[in-house]
Amino acid sequence: MKKLKEFIIEKAIFLSGSLSIIFVVLIFVFLVKEGVLFFKYVPPKDFLMGNNWYPLSTPEQFGMLPLILGSLLVTIGSMLISIPLGVACAFYIAEVVNPKFKDILKTGVELLAAIPSVVIGFVGMITLVPWVKSIFNLPTGLTALSGSIMLAFMAMPTIVSIAEDAITAVPRRYKEAALALGATHWQAMYKVIIVAAAPGIFAAVMLGVGRVIGETMAVMMITGNAAVIPHTFLEPVRTLTATIAAEMGESIRGSNHYYALFVVGIILFIITFIINFVADVFLHRIKK
Amino acid sequence: MDTDTIKIVRMLAENVDFFYGSTHALKNINLNIFKNKVTAIIGPSGCGKSTFIRLLNRMNDLIPRSRLAGNIMLDGENINEPNTDVVDIRRRVGMVFQKPNPFPKSIFQNVSYGMEVNGIRDKNVITEKVIESLKKAALWNEVMNRLDESALCLSGGQQQRLCIARCLAVEPEVLLFDEPCASLDPVSTKKIEELILGLKKEYTIVIVTHNMQQAGRVSDYTAFMYLGELIEFGHTEKLFTVPKDKRTEDYITGKFG
Repeated sequence: MKKLKEFIIEKAIFLSGSLSIIFVVLIFVFLVKEGVLFFKYVPPKDFLMGNNWYPLSTPEQFGMLPLILGSLLVTIGSMLISIPLGVACAFYIAEVVNPKFKDILKTGVELLAAIPSVVIGFVGMITLVPWVKSIFNLPTGLTALSGSIMLAFMAMPTIVSIAEDAITAVPRRYKEAALALGATHWQAMYKVIIVAAAPGIFAAVMLGVGRVIGETMAVMMITGNAAVIPHTFLEPVRTLTATIAAEMGESIRGSNHYYALFVVGIILFIITFIINFVADVFLHRIKK
Repeated sequence: MDTDTIKIVRMLAENVDFFYGSTHALKNINLNIFKNKVTAIIGPSGCGKSTFIRLLNRMNDLIPRSRLAGNIMLDGENINEPNTDVVDIRRRVGMVFQKPNPFPKSIFQNVSYGMEVNGIRDKNVITEKVIESLKKAALWNEVMNRLDESALCLSGGQQQRLCIARCLAVEPEVLLFDEPCASLDPVSTKKIEELILGLKKEYTIVIVTHNMQQAGRVSDYTAFMYLGELIEFGHTEKLFTVPKDKRTEDYITGKFG
């Protein structure tokens, strides 16, 4: 009797554990199964390199380049903002701030992650977008720049939290050695501690990138969603994620458009998978 | 104090008390550290010898809720004055730690680091000094062909000599060794000891060790500490052969430790 109970519990745990992996595999299989049909009608080269995304015109055009560039631009923009800010913040929390306030600060930054992305999008839309419009004297404030700024806020908690862990994990003896040689605190930080914490900081940045690329709601609300090839940060863009979210509902099941969105999904999946994988490799390296 | 004493006393502790929170770790320590001599500090674990040596280059500043009373002088200056430049003190009083702690950088960069943070920019000067320091630390022959390799690839003993070279490169006056051989094998230990004997011509050396034989081999003066107090201080030979205090005698004859 006892044996049977053990057996059932063991299998149940095994099943729950495997389920998450099974789901990932199933989702990927489903995406590929639906997406692959698309290439019967549209050659991959036209898809990846085409300049025009007109899924509803006749003849329909599925050039994904504007979407890829849109995602790329918003991601680069938000990283330019969040990496320096996030790493500096992590250093402040790990090295500078009075230990009494350390926990409060870190929890505060991590709470930023708890804000739903729709709220971030909403706040950005009401406050940031009009500023961008008036500061740069633009016809619309719904631009890649607005998206980058708001997404930087979403990447910050991830970057700060993981980078701070990495900096705190740097053995004290490195810092002591640097100080004993007559380095100032700042010199010890930027020449020794940052080098020792580099893999962790890199992982933090990668996870931040993953968060930004996968983000949908906020970008959809504030980047303007124009599927044209952007030339500057001050133009509206449309990201891969926003495209799926905006168009999936209206596409006809089984149409080329429908399959095209699946391919967009596959590409997103591959990008985020690679990013998370790389981050994971670096995080494991620290643990050793 | 007359001028003759100032000449030979490089560092000096005067009525030094030190507290970690409410723990009274050092009790009224008075000690002279003589120029171009090796001073060993011995004593059982927890006697305060590491705490004391870390006061000499103000490493204990990093410890929160610690408190120091009394004076520590370097060349007649109080190193704990409010207007003292702690960075300058640490450059003048170099430290080699218990566990080798090279930076996760190349061998060359480990030695050049101290010069860079002290504002030396000239590449030729740096390179020359790196070579000179590695030679002084008796490491040059082993690493001359792989200066760009990571310092973490070196053996423990080599890493410790690299840490010594790193200290020498910033031209300190005093070298502090905090149990430098605690994690090393006998062969590496012997090399470090030979090195210390060679270095005393140019530097004033303080070494903390729990190994009495080591103190006997390398030092000119020995201080015996016990439970936060300095029990006895004198010429190494005398302290080991005719100790004045019963506790010193008990410790060096191995009755406790």
